Amino acid sequence: MAAWLAGSRWGAAPAAARRDLLVSCRRWAGTSADTVYDVVVSGGGLVGAAMACALGYDTHFCDKKVLLLEAGPKKVLGKLPETYSNRVSSISPGSATLLSSFGAWDHICNMRYRAFRRMQVWDGCSEALIMFDKDNLDDMGYVVENDVVLHALTRQLEAVSDRVTVLYRSKAVGYTWPYPFSMADSSPWVHITLGDGSTLQTKLLIGADGHNSGVRQAAGIQNVSWNYDQSAVVATLHLSEATENNVAWQRFLPSGPIALLPLSDTLSSLVWSTSHEHAAELVSMDEEKFVDAINSAFVITYEISLCFVADATQWSDANHTDFIDSAGSMLQYAVAFLKPTKASARQLPPSVARVDAKSRVLFPLGLGHAVEYVRPRLALIGDAAHRVHPLAGQGVNMGFGDISSLVHHLSTAAFNGRDLGSMSHLTSYETDRQRHNTALLAATDLLKRLYSTRATPLVLLRTWGLQATNAVSPLKVRDCSQLSKSLAH
Amino acid sequence: MWGGHKMGSSGSRFLGGLRSGFRGAQACCPRLTTSQAVYSKNQLSWTLRIKPRVFGEYRIMWFKSRSMTFAYLSKMKSYRLPWTRLYCTSQTTVDSSEVKTFLALAHRWWDEEGVYAPLHSMNDLRVPFIRDNLLKTIVNHQPGKPLSGMKILDVGCGGGLLTEPLGRLGASVTGIDPVDENIKTAQHHKSFDPVLDKRIEYRACSLEEIVEETAETFDAVIASEVVEHVIDLETFIQCCCQVLKPGGSLFITTINKTQLSYALGIVFAEQIAGIVPKGTHTWEKFVSPEKLESILESNGLSVLTVAGMVYNPFSGYWHWSENTSLNYAAHAVKSSVQEHVVPAEFALKGETEELRAEASHNSGVREELKR
Repeated sequence: MAAWLAGSRWGAAPAAARRDLLVSCRRWAGTSADTVYDVVVSGGGLVGAAMACALGYDTHFCDKKVLLLEAGPKKVLGKLPETYSNRVSSISPGSATLLSSFGAWDHICNMRYRAFRRMQVWDGCSEALIMFDKDNLDDMGYVVENDVVLHALTRQLEAVSDRVTVLYRSKAVGYTWPYPFSMADSSPWVHITLGDGSTLQTKLLIGADGHNSGVRQAAGIQNVSWNYDQSAVVATLHLSEATENNVAWQRFLPSGPIALLPLSDTLSSLVWSTSHEHAAELVSMDEEKFVDAINSAFVITYEISLCFVADATQWSDANHTDFIDSAGSMLQYAVAFLKPTKASARQLPPSVARVDAKSRVLFPLGLGHAVEYVRPRLALIGDAAHRVHPLAGQGVNMGFGDISSLVHHLSTAAFNGRDLGSMSHLTSYETDRQRHNTALLAATDLLKRLYSTRATPLVLLRTWGLQATNAVSPLKVRDCSQLSKSLAH
Repeated sequence: MWGGHKMGSSGSRFLGGLRSGFRGAQACCPRLTTSQAVYSKNQLSWTLRIKPRVFGEYRIMWFKSRSMTFAYLSKMKSYRLPWTRLYCTSQTTVDSSEVKTFLALAHRWWDEEGVYAPLHSMNDLRVPFIRDNLLKTIVNHQPGKPLSGMKILDVGCGGGLLTEPLGRLGASVTGIDPVDENIKTAQHHKSFDPVLDKRIEYRACSLEEIVEETAETFDAVIASEVVEHVIDLETFIQCCCQVLKPGGSLFITTINKTQLSYALGIVFAEQIAGIVPKGTHTWEKFVSPEKLESILESNGLSVLTVAGMVYNPFSGYWHWSENTSLNYAAHAVKSSVQEHVVPAEFALKGETEELRAEASHNSGVREELKR
């Protein structure tokens, strides 16, 4: 704690602040240097904006002042562009419920989104397949462009601007943390120094500034992280022919999973996690080769079973071992004998005709988890707290889960008249979410490692595991409901 | 000696009260009335002997100061006449040894994991208790500030642990405490929050000192963890009643007087585990719910709720309980019309459980409410 205090404590610049106050007053439109905000959310991305929105629409926060700090400029979306953005997220039904609780989901529905009802996940080295299929025709998830979500959130924030102030082009450069309990004349609030020299005071600072969180670093919270030896390539693809396109596809190749998310009847979004070299190659190769690569990756049939070697520069004709073949088939017969279920016939994803120009982008992947989510007067949400591989589509949904939990705790605290920065409810939030997130992060990491290998025992293990899960309905349903996402990126 | 861990069996909230100075004598002289004997069958048997000592106590008080005499005599003559105001005495309401106890810890109020941690944690029970009961009386409450428009008096506010949450809920709160240092701490703490600064007012005084100027001005009076430090509970309750508007609420949380509370609250908490500083509580001053109810009823406050509270020292959380043998909370409402008159003799003899807020308008002493 001493290190925490010593390392990150520096005073605000009062003289400069006074001078700049006039400048910033114009922007602040009514707020003064004496305002103590109840909550400041640092970071106006999907999770930060949604947090500010959720607080702004909460009944027990009617009397409170919330501020959202966003380093970028305000994005004005007049008319929806024809071309789809290449950054999309898979929104789970739970996240959709959160978004609809403050009215953002209606805006999204009025713009564009795609619901998917089935998800097929299969192994590239064996025929193991798992099909997630909600019998009751509920949507498993929604594929929405990130820009669309952000636009909906911005509109909702504007509607509640008397309670939530949004400062664009404001980056926090320094934080001053309070002492544990008020002694002497030290201010008990968190002081935030902005780029223009002005300072803000707040009772609770929520860090939603992404996986390189400045808030987390300033607080000295340890972050367990490592980089994967993979990058993800995203692109917007045009399908060869219009289809119903309400299925999400994911195939685990040894180099990494490749996934296709439906965007419309003729468009799908690609997320291909593969090695850095291969990813760089994919992004730079010409369109036709790229499209071929995608189609092959999905379409290689079991019989000839090309398992890509680790660097994937050569297409090897190596068959996967007969041992795995027979082992897999044996399990299938056994399962069919013991428990006849409807056969999950493996289907093929739609073939791709072309790719949108300039929509091919790559970004590196890694895992990260903050050891503490909360400190006195500080809470971390979203990627600032946890960063995950996109293979299970958890990223933004975990962030929305954090929001649900934190808003619930803060709302109850506000209704009980509690100091919002008090550790008692912040610790409850942390316990809630760490339990959930740690399990999910561990599972995702395990899956990633399990499916990155071609070693026979592990391939066998995962083959059997996948087939067993597919056969045992309750397990599948549970997985379905908890992890019914495909990819989010 | 001060412990300072998170464990605690009950809060050590301080409140000034009447003190006769004869602590030892008090130790075996509970201010019980004969009505007590009826209700508290399962109390210790020695509590049944009383009458002479009760008079003894009054006698002692009489010798203490002149203003006390007045109080005593008024009690004898008319318990309460609608047009006369019973002035609570002011000089001897503060117990100097209790003051010393709390003076030493005056700066520790706001350490949520320190000596006062159980009191911080008790807010999880008492704030909703107060808020929900007050909301029943408000017709259209504003979301965000549910208690706005209410005037609340927090007697024995200490460092403002309970005052601030009520201020955040929108109420205008006045916090009083006889210990200057406590008020200083409370003032200092609220000064950083501009919203609270406006809504809360602190004064270093005892309840009796402000009774005259604040008669019938408060929608609610809260005496949390206070009545177990008060010597003359009767007078204290009277003062509370006087400052309440008709129909106003009185909220009390305190410790029951049972064998269990002695074992856990005094022996374990103070002497063995050191959870509560030694000497904070005197078992004899603990008040049982029955006695409290009888005093409340005799002062025209009808008791609506009595609920038990239990502290878990391992988790640091409080829970509501059916069992009131340790801590409990009570909610009473002042009758809307000043209809109750109880003769003084009954107060002394303790016929109080018979009293309800019945009409006895504008008459002098009436002896109709006999046992």
